Amino acid sequence: MPSTRNVFLLALAAALAFPAASEAQVRLTGAGATFPYPIYSKWFDEYRKVRADVQINYQSIGSGGGIRQVTEGTVDFGATDGPMTEEQLSQFATKRGGAVMHFPTVLGAVVPVYNLPAVTAQLRFTSAALAGIYLGTITKWNDPAIASANPGAKLPASDIVVVRRSDGSGTSFVWTDYLSKVSADWKAKVGANTAVNWPVGLGGKGNEGVAGLVKQTAGSIGYIELVYALQNKMAFGRVQNPAGEFVAASLSSVTAAASGAAANMPADFRVSITNAPGKAAYPIASFTWLLIPTQQAEPAKQRAITDFLKWMLADGQKLAEPLGYAPLPKAVVTKELQQLSKLK
Amino acid sequence: MRVAGSTSPEHAPTTSLRRRLLGGDEIARFIVTAAAAGILIACGLLVYELWVSSGAARHEFGWSFITGRTWDPNAGEFGAWPFVVGTTVTSAIALLIAVPAGVGAAIFLAELAPRRVSDFLAFCIELLAAVPSVIYGLLGVFILVPVMKVLVDGPLKAALGWLPIFSGPFYGVSTLTAGVLLALMVLPFIVSVSRQVLLSVPTEQREAALALGATRWETTWNVVLPYAKRGIYGSAFLALARALGETMAVTMVIGNSPQLQASLLAPGYSIAAVVANEFTEATGDLYVSALIALGLVLFGLTVVINGLARLLVASTSTRATAVQ
Repeated sequence: MPSTRNVFLLALAAALAFPAASEAQVRLTGAGATFPYPIYSKWFDEYRKVRADVQINYQSIGSGGGIRQVTEGTVDFGATDGPMTEEQLSQFATKRGGAVMHFPTVLGAVVPVYNLPAVTAQLRFTSAALAGIYLGTITKWNDPAIASANPGAKLPASDIVVVRRSDGSGTSFVWTDYLSKVSADWKAKVGANTAVNWPVGLGGKGNEGVAGLVKQTAGSIGYIELVYALQNKMAFGRVQNPAGEFVAASLSSVTAAASGAAANMPADFRVSITNAPGKAAYPIASFTWLLIPTQQAEPAKQRAITDFLKWMLADGQKLAEPLGYAPLPKAVVTKELQQLSKLK
Repeated sequence: MRVAGSTSPEHAPTTSLRRRLLGGDEIARFIVTAAAAGILIACGLLVYELWVSSGAARHEFGWSFITGRTWDPNAGEFGAWPFVVGTTVTSAIALLIAVPAGVGAAIFLAELAPRRVSDFLAFCIELLAAVPSVIYGLLGVFILVPVMKVLVDGPLKAALGWLPIFSGPFYGVSTLTAGVLLALMVLPFIVSVSRQVLLSVPTEQREAALALGATRWETTWNVVLPYAKRGIYGSAFLALARALGETMAVTMVIGNSPQLQASLLAPGYSIAAVVANEFTEATGDLYVSALIALGLVLFGLTVVINGLARLLVASTSTRATAVQ
């Protein structure tokens, strides 16, 4: 039986201890890309079990919003599916001071899906065929540009119904970035961005919108995230890489693309890995990044972010694969750890 | 009410301020005035914010922003015309379908159906008005789109395919589909408000017409409807406002293509849909500013269309009185 005095002392100790505990508590807020949201929320959840004193709150408002908010200084870190442009970086420097660093977290890939009831084999797409279809210059399924890569497939003489995203999205950025690299025509007429002036096609909102339109429309083709295709067990086509191989997207072929690009990785990690070299590399893949300002108002926050990034690059990477994200190749992890040491 | 009733008219001017305050008149007056002013202030702030934030786009494009036909975020070229057309056309289709159907249903409920049936159906219709628009969007994607593709496309082309507005391939998602879905969405507003208005027409009006030997339909058409005309127009305005601003359901079935096409069966785009779709991922000041300018255009469009509708109503009602 605790005596009254003991209870009193306990209460006093608790009262003294509590303010101290909440002072040590670090709250980080971040905002940005929707594509990595499932893995990020898993990470922040798991990390709370490792470090009870760090609480991370992440809002998946889209890459554009993430870049805007981190520039305005309303969040501690941002997240994006497409690296910030030079213009955005200089805007950051003038508005907030200091610099912002890109840290790749996981990899994503975009796959072409199609609805051709008569075709049972997995279709193979050359880069010229994909660019032609999305430019509107290839309009029939039995066009030689498609047929020559698919001998034996019963391609119908019907029109190709092109489906693409209507909302601005990192998925569209990766897709158009790839098309810009493989087609000079595409680069000149359309270019790469989260939203572009599509020459042809129907717009679906989100991965589910594009997938829904493709499922409902015979003779259609669309593009969606690999994660989405895997989770929904949708069939998708192989894409020809620069080495001439037709590669199916998978976690390993995506990591292979990143390894191929790691050799020429710039110091700030702002690199596009679409059309990456390497026989096993899937050509329509991308990093997704966390945007970390080099100057934080509170040193405690900076330490917490650095600690989290270290954990993410080690233990965090093991959580990626079960959720359908390709983990970073070792070479990239090593480079990021070197970069992290500069953050302090 | 009791206080107001107890104050006889002769005593009213001598009532002291204290008495009036205690009676609540002044307080009530202040509260309702503040509420009304609040609406005006909110509206003013909205316009101010839209005007200021769209500065970059207005400065860059001027009036040609409204008439421009290219929407190319990459090239930094922004024109609102395809979206203005999409918003106007889908709303027009919605009203063309929903007003006759809605007023018809309201006539049945108010004039013909037994009161119990009428009340029950009215309750169901009001429930429909509370369904979130994303649910209507799903309904559109999973039911309306296949129905349009299988049942409507063929017969429509067979009968009216020679018209340019019903030509070309049909993928299910289109301006027409969006218009039909909007019609379904605004129908409950029209039915519900019109029914209330028709029910409030005094019974004496009907009895007088019937006593003069009019049939039931003649009574409804010549007496009840003209009496309730203003209220019915009001319900149509309400429907129009919802149709112009509807975002989620429209973007799910319109096809989201900013290329202008003559055919209603081709995919289109609307102002609210493009803002919702592109705002989160928009980077660059001009791009964001152009999207906000689209909001300003939608605001202007709503004001213009409502103004025109009101003018139309005013002119028809004065003509009607002149004839009488």
